[in-house]
Amino acid sequence: MEFQRREAPFLAPQVGVSSIMLQVLAAMVPAAMAHVWYFGPGFLFNLLVAAFFASAGEAMMLSLRSRRPETGLTDYSALVTAALLAFALPSLTPWWVTATGALFAVVVAKHLYGGLGFNIFNPAMAGYVVILVAFPMHLNLWVAPSMGDLDYQHLTILQTLKFTLTGSLPDAIAVDAISRATPLDVMKSGLNNARTVAEIRSIPIMGDFGGRGWEWIGNFLAFGGFWLLIKKIIRWQIPVGVGIGLLLPATIMYMVEPGSHASPGFHLFGGATILCAFFIATDPVTAATSPRGRLIYGIGIGFLIYCIRRWGSYADGVAFAVLLMNMAVPAIDYLTRPHIIGHSEGRGRSGGTVD
Amino acid sequence: MSAPTYDLGTLHGGLRLPGHKADSTRSAILDIPVPSQLILPITQHVGDPAQPIVGIGERVLKGQLIAESEGTLGAPVHASSSGKVIAIEPWPVSRRYGDTAPCIVIECDGKDEAIARADAPPNFTRLEAPDVLRKILQGGIVGLGGAVFPTAQKLMQARTCEIDHLLLNGVECESYISCDDMLMRERAGEIISGAQILMHALQIDVCFLVVESDKPDAIQKLGDVLGEISDDRIVLKQVPTIYPSGGEDQLVQLVTNREVPSGGLPSDVGCLVQNVGTAAAIHSWVIDNEPLISRVTTITGDGVANPINVRARIGTTIADIIEITGGYTDKAQQLIIGGPMTGKSVSTDRVPLVKATNCVLVMSETPAIGPELPCIRCGDCASVCPVQLLPQQLFWYACADDEKKLRDFGLMDCIECGCCDLVCPSHIPLTADFRVAKGRIRELADEKARAARARLRFEARNDRLEREETERASELSEQKESAKKAGPSAIAEILKRKKKKHEEDK
Repeated sequence: MEFQRREAPFLAPQVGVSSIMLQVLAAMVPAAMAHVWYFGPGFLFNLLVAAFFASAGEAMMLSLRSRRPETGLTDYSALVTAALLAFALPSLTPWWVTATGALFAVVVAKHLYGGLGFNIFNPAMAGYVVILVAFPMHLNLWVAPSMGDLDYQHLTILQTLKFTLTGSLPDAIAVDAISRATPLDVMKSGLNNARTVAEIRSIPIMGDFGGRGWEWIGNFLAFGGFWLLIKKIIRWQIPVGVGIGLLLPATIMYMVEPGSHASPGFHLFGGATILCAFFIATDPVTAATSPRGRLIYGIGIGFLIYCIRRWGSYADGVAFAVLLMNMAVPAIDYLTRPHIIGHSEGRGRSGGTVD
Repeated sequence: MSAPTYDLGTLHGGLRLPGHKADSTRSAILDIPVPSQLILPITQHVGDPAQPIVGIGERVLKGQLIAESEGTLGAPVHASSSGKVIAIEPWPVSRRYGDTAPCIVIECDGKDEAIARADAPPNFTRLEAPDVLRKILQGGIVGLGGAVFPTAQKLMQARTCEIDHLLLNGVECESYISCDDMLMRERAGEIISGAQILMHALQIDVCFLVVESDKPDAIQKLGDVLGEISDDRIVLKQVPTIYPSGGEDQLVQLVTNREVPSGGLPSDVGCLVQNVGTAAAIHSWVIDNEPLISRVTTITGDGVANPINVRARIGTTIADIIEITGGYTDKAQQLIIGGPMTGKSVSTDRVPLVKATNCVLVMSETPAIGPELPCIRCGDCASVCPVQLLPQQLFWYACADDEKKLRDFGLMDCIECGCCDLVCPSHIPLTADFRVAKGRIRELADEKARAARARLRFEARNDRLEREETERASELSEQKESAKKAGPSAIAEILKRKKKKHEEDK
């Protein structure tokens, strides 16, 4: 009998890129629901806009590069980029702002560097930074979190949709009536105005740890992140590294001068820390690859986030911290190579002990 | 029985593979009758081919030497049964994936008549160690774990080093393969006897008998035999079921916590590893006078009707064996000699069972896994690599054909275990790519060596020509000098002589 020849190994691979990306997306679902619950349906519109433009950009670039668009679209990496971008944006964001970010992320940050696997910078964060530079005023428009006891006006679905499409609110509603500075903004401007942390924390929007609404989105993101850890989609080194890098300086500063430094808990649950630790910094393409390297990479991001929040001019520093550490990845990877078995000194006959 | 002990080193990475061993271990080892025709390749081992010493038409007996080993590395081949040599011709072999290589074809007469031999000494311990080695050399015994390195030469090499441990490898970590498991269950005594012969030949006192934890029956049986003979030099060790802990270097690391140096051998760190099947074959030859003419092999996979372990004569074709065990199922789409991780996919079942054949895996097509995607640098490959390589970096450099970086990042240390392929979410055939890259590096090295040799030859030739030129010049000037000294009459004399000679030549 005759047979086909193949190359070993003959067992099929156990995982696929698309299933990894789908699991990452699934892990974000609870947090997405919380986002809608606290900040209204704007998140969904942003997600749709981002997903549409990210996918269109992906398909366009793939066909320009003479690749088959199906394979690029079915790996779902463009959707993960879109989802991360949607989480980073305020729920009220005009579509062209979101579209600019999504297109820049996929077309420039991803495909001009060679597409999936070859990009140096995290596409979602590159897209976010472009928005931050090009449309700074739009990123300040965070609606007040819906917590029942806060007496703010909330937009209906239609009003939200209209804002997404046109960028304008109904005449009867003033921007100030619906939006509030984010907790990180409040903290930053409060500290700049020489108020104490205790005073700032008494403002209702600050919540228990890191700001009303945000802290719960953070909880759900952490929940999804732990699920990814259990499923071994991500490894512990980066989330733990981000935690150490951020909390260590935060704790020291808080202990030295609690009046003028936010608590470690505030840093952990405020802003995009948890999103970053589990979903942004863990993007395998742009992160370090060795276990030690990942820890260093995570610590670097955490530390930079703290520095930017504390001494920078931006309220949050996740995007800049990630992009800065992206640049350091080749060096980190090179310096943290594991020793190859058989090449180590002193592990020969005398090194090993036998009972 | 002596209890298994657990003090072990660690192995980096590895995989827990689906075992698929239950099907083939349900019934006892089946003896396959002598077939009508035996195909005996003259190369069934690492090293130089054996040279046939029988002619076509000659009658041979079971156990008779039919091809002698020549050169420094090799093993002889014996007739697996009695019959007539009908051809020495190219035949498909598994070593070449179903392409042909020279084989001795014997038409069996069915009498299975054995060659007469002098009786073996009643006790091998009376033999001197070098005599035991010589005996093993003559038995055609090679490593039966699949690597088929000639055992005698391995032992001789080891004797030049300071060996303190014999490791008997009963790990059998690949999926589907269960021939060592069944051998340990059924012939534990022979394996341990083989270990004693090996220890005597090496003059050492420590033997670890290493078995994976998924073989409780084998562990039980070996423990029983060890308890009976109470030889406390042999220690049974159980290791966790992780692929590829049965790789030679990996086993040394796992059991003794010693690292075999890159490009080196276990003997460099005082260890000698032998497969349990090899130990049993040594017992058969040294004690029972039967050279290596049969072996146990696993017939398994969803492509065969009855997965089972068989003992067949070396040279029986795979087709014959499978027919006797119950034939194929309609899922028989791939024929793999060896395990599913490192085996060889062969094109035809006309290939014979050889000394290396530890498993015949017939299975349905590997499920389609979609197109190869770009590497996303997830690093899962690095986390399973037992040698702690960075396959994602190696892949990158292999694509760029960067020989220096490939060497820097340890490509030549890759053991081709296939773990990285199985965890790669982008479905990149890393192991196959690395095999190609390694081949190219070896070729480059050969080419460089050839170029260096050619340059040396060229330079030597130039030197010689130059030397000859100067010698000729100095000779000529010497002649001129002496002629000048002798005066014009002598010159005329010389010229006349030359002219005369010239005419004579005409």
